[in-house]
Amino acid sequence: MKHAASATRRDLLVAGLAGAGAALIRISPAAATPDSMKRAIRQVVGEAPVRKGKVTIEVPALVENGNTVALAIEVQSPMTPEDHVKAIHVFNEKNPLPNVISTHLGPRAGRARIATRFRLADTQTIVAIAEMSDGAFWSASADVIVTLQACLESLD
Amino acid sequence: MARPLINVPQKAKRGDVIEIKTLISHIMETGFRHDNVGKPIPRNIITSFVARYNGEEIFSADLHPAIAANPFLSFFTVATASGTIDFEWTGDNGFHETASAKITVE
Repeated sequence: MKHAASATRRDLLVAGLAGAGAALIRISPAAATPDSMKRAIRQVVGEAPVRKGKVTIEVPALVENGNTVALAIEVQSPMTPEDHVKAIHVFNEKNPLPNVISTHLGPRAGRARIATRFRLADTQTIVAIAEMSDGAFWSASADVIVTLQACLESLD
Repeated sequence: MARPLINVPQKAKRGDVIEIKTLISHIMETGFRHDNVGKPIPRNIITSFVARYNGEEIFSADLHPAIAANPFLSFFTVATASGTIDFEWTGDNGFHETASAKITVE
């Protein structure tokens, strides 16, 4: 009896893990993203699938000062009225909030590239998602190592 | 006082893809920090940015506390006609700032 019960429990656990893994792969473009970032991405993309590709993140791999980090996102697109990038969203997984920036552009941009400077509270993965005019979502992720953290330090 | 810095080419050929760079001085206080007596410092950030080319919106951005102080933004647009490109920043505590740049398209 006892045996059977534990086997069932193990089966359930395995099934649950497999389900969670499948969900993770389907929802998130990056390998291991904490829940808050996944939720933030969900709010933007809804139920649509997010594929990897077309997006390039330019960010230093090693950051000494997380208070200001140069970031550029470029998306491959002809930027015509029929086929263009509608929006570029950037997310992070370990800052207090998962959103970094959402930019909205259109065929008048000519080139789907944005640049800004942002803060990083910790060593983490950055995800950029491009929303295309046909409703598709493409993404890229980048790992950044941070030695001096931003956002949370107190004023002296 | 917030002082915007704008970089737009003065002249461009029609159809050229031009880069626009903007920088505005702003503390971008995240709301997650505490002062030296442990009191939380309230959030004070710029939340949105819009660029309009002869009145038509060409680019906009929603900013979050993760954007560094003195927000810098660079983006591209096609030089379609001579005229003015207007920039507008809005944020917490009624923050509102505008700037504009003239462009001649040949």
